[in-house]
Amino acid sequence: MTVESTAARKPRRSGTKRPAAANAAKPAAATAKTHDAEPQLVQLLTPEGVRVDVAENPDVAEFAPFVADITTDDLRGFYRDMVMTRRFDGEATALQRQGELGLWASLLGQEAAQIGSGRALRDDDYVFPTYREHGVAWCRGVDPTNLLGMFRGVNHGGWDPTTNNFHLYTIVIGSQTLHATGYAMGVAKDGADSAVIAYFGDGASSQGDVMEAFNFSAVYNSPVVFFCQNNQWAISEPTERQMRVPLYQRAQGFGFPGVRVDGNDVLACLAVTRWALERARRGEGPTLVEAFTYRMGAHTTSDDPTKYRRDEETAAWEAKDPILRLKAHLLATGGADEAYFEQLEVESEALGKRVREVVRTMPDPDTMAIFENVYADGHALVDEERAQFAAYLASFEGGE
Amino acid sequence: MAVQKLTIAKALNDSLRKAMEEDPKVLIMGEDVGKLGGVFRITDGLQKDFGEERVIDTPLAESGIVGTAIGLALRGYRPVVEIQFDGFVFPAYDQIVTQLAKMHARSLGTIKMPVVIRIPYAGGIGAVEHHSESPETLFAHVPGLKVVSPSNASDAYWMLQQAILSDDPVIFFEPKRRYWDKGEVDVEAIPDALHGSRVARTGTDVTLAAYGPMVKVCLQAAEAAAEEGKSVEVVDLRSMSPVDFDGIQASVEKTRRLVVVHEAPVFLGMGSEIAARITERCFYHLEAPVLRVGGYHAPYPPARLEDEYLPGLDRVLDAVDRSLAY
Repeated sequence: MTVESTAARKPRRSGTKRPAAANAAKPAAATAKTHDAEPQLVQLLTPEGVRVDVAENPDVAEFAPFVADITTDDLRGFYRDMVMTRRFDGEATALQRQGELGLWASLLGQEAAQIGSGRALRDDDYVFPTYREHGVAWCRGVDPTNLLGMFRGVNHGGWDPTTNNFHLYTIVIGSQTLHATGYAMGVAKDGADSAVIAYFGDGASSQGDVMEAFNFSAVYNSPVVFFCQNNQWAISEPTERQMRVPLYQRAQGFGFPGVRVDGNDVLACLAVTRWALERARRGEGPTLVEAFTYRMGAHTTSDDPTKYRRDEETAAWEAKDPILRLKAHLLATGGADEAYFEQLEVESEALGKRVREVVRTMPDPDTMAIFENVYADGHALVDEERAQFAAYLASFEGGE
Repeated sequence: MAVQKLTIAKALNDSLRKAMEEDPKVLIMGEDVGKLGGVFRITDGLQKDFGEERVIDTPLAESGIVGTAIGLALRGYRPVVEIQFDGFVFPAYDQIVTQLAKMHARSLGTIKMPVVIRIPYAGGIGAVEHHSESPETLFAHVPGLKVVSPSNASDAYWMLQQAILSDDPVIFFEPKRRYWDKGEVDVEAIPDALHGSRVARTGTDVTLAAYGPMVKVCLQAAEAAAEEGKSVEVVDLRSMSPVDFDGIQASVEKTRRLVVVHEAPVFLGMGSEIAARITERCFYHLEAPVLRVGGYHAPYPPARLEDEYLPGLDRVLDAVDRSLAY
């Protein structure tokens, strides 16, 4: 059920006039505590793991066909993706606690949003992540150990973005939504039918860059999907400190559809993202997807969520765990048996072990790397300082 | 005919046209760059000839302009962005400094950022607030950016094409009060290196180092000084990042005196860096401390006061006298 359902029902080109959704932006919505309210959202799999009956829920009818082809094998695949991602994430958190990483931004609780949207993408689509998209990286085939270099402090990226069409993590929040929009403008100019997806969070939605990205993409009708993981907290700031109207409704003001999806429902995230990507490919412009989810852990290992949020809130979200939900579904439908889950446990432990080993043996960069790649065409000052520093280092040799 | 007499504005327009003809990936983006041809008409006629897909009128949002240009560069395009005036670049400063400048380094060299940001800058045209500033130091200080400013039509023509060809982001400051100055442009010449300085006038007693709009002032000062029997050399820096310190050093080793002139505030300005470096390099050659002439540590004043704020002939000549007095 999209609240903006009448508008979202019929994909349309941006810039066209549309009737205001009857329930959009009424004063009542402005006073609602969005993070406490039980929101209406697109859901295909209930927290109990039961498939939503499309016939009884016409509001999801538009999106359900986008997962009609999903087989039990696929579901097991998504389950595996989520388990492996969570195991990787847990290992990284542990490694930070052991002093092996300087910082870690955990995705705990957001696996369905990331795997669902990530698995909706085609190889030739291009992804602009923020710094928490470890599950999307997994879907793109980026070796998870490559994500750890920047958190260990040996580089600022660690992968070639063009290999998997997965851009480097962006720390300044919201910046990458403009890069995605520009890239999508280029895709359209090239006449390609690929699409671009930009990830960001509820906190980033307060940044001007995100508004500018919405506007540019609407004005140029660019093939970009804005995928906001509303995980309810921007470090210690709750969503009511970020917005007065539900996030997905913002799209309407820019002239394109916005949809709120259950971010803990991998199937719904897949369906809605596929729907949005197809709009983009058809030349119908941008879409805002708000995946309504929850960050179960800290913002990063530097903060302490017990200082700013209630245990009851976290417990309520635990009941909506994306992984348990799919497991319940697989068990209830005979899609997987205990042996499958046990085997997956072994596999995820092996990943954890590999991550641990790779991080601990990750070499520090060469000292002279400070001066590398500052400029593509070289720069006299960098050359001069490189030579000075090399001479300084050389002065120690044999001098001890 | 290879040599043409062009205004700086026309030279920039011809330069953009040539770059667009030579590479279909070159795009122009900015506010009013299309139908209007830019508020200074630098992009005049380009949209008519290259179409709206290549000369792109944008929403009025500088961060959006630069941010989307970064995305287009990631897709293989070479955007040339126009920021309408110097003081309007700051909404885009975040994208320029935190994203554009660092993308190549962050990607360990796999990503190139061939983005040119053209900024009509500096004062002298009687404009209102935010239309007359000289923020070059703020960009030159940022690793990853290159910063240049032509002072004449030939450099305008060649340096802009060189900037567009560069795989590094280039902040291209255009001295707006010189747009209508004419000069000879040899469109078949082999241009000087983009980041090298140029001796604009030879002399033996004092070196004046300047760039952009101040080069003309320094040349006039040298002319006036000559009438008083002083031989002043003028070095046009052309590039503020990197700075051609070798070129300045060569001049200073000859004249033994240096005055740096710019419109931007003196404090922590280009002159400060040049004074420090040249003092290191030429300590035993210098007969006088390196002097600086420039703007004050105050907001750029209302237009009725800008003639007092901007370095003019007298302030430059005063500095020349002070240098010679040591």
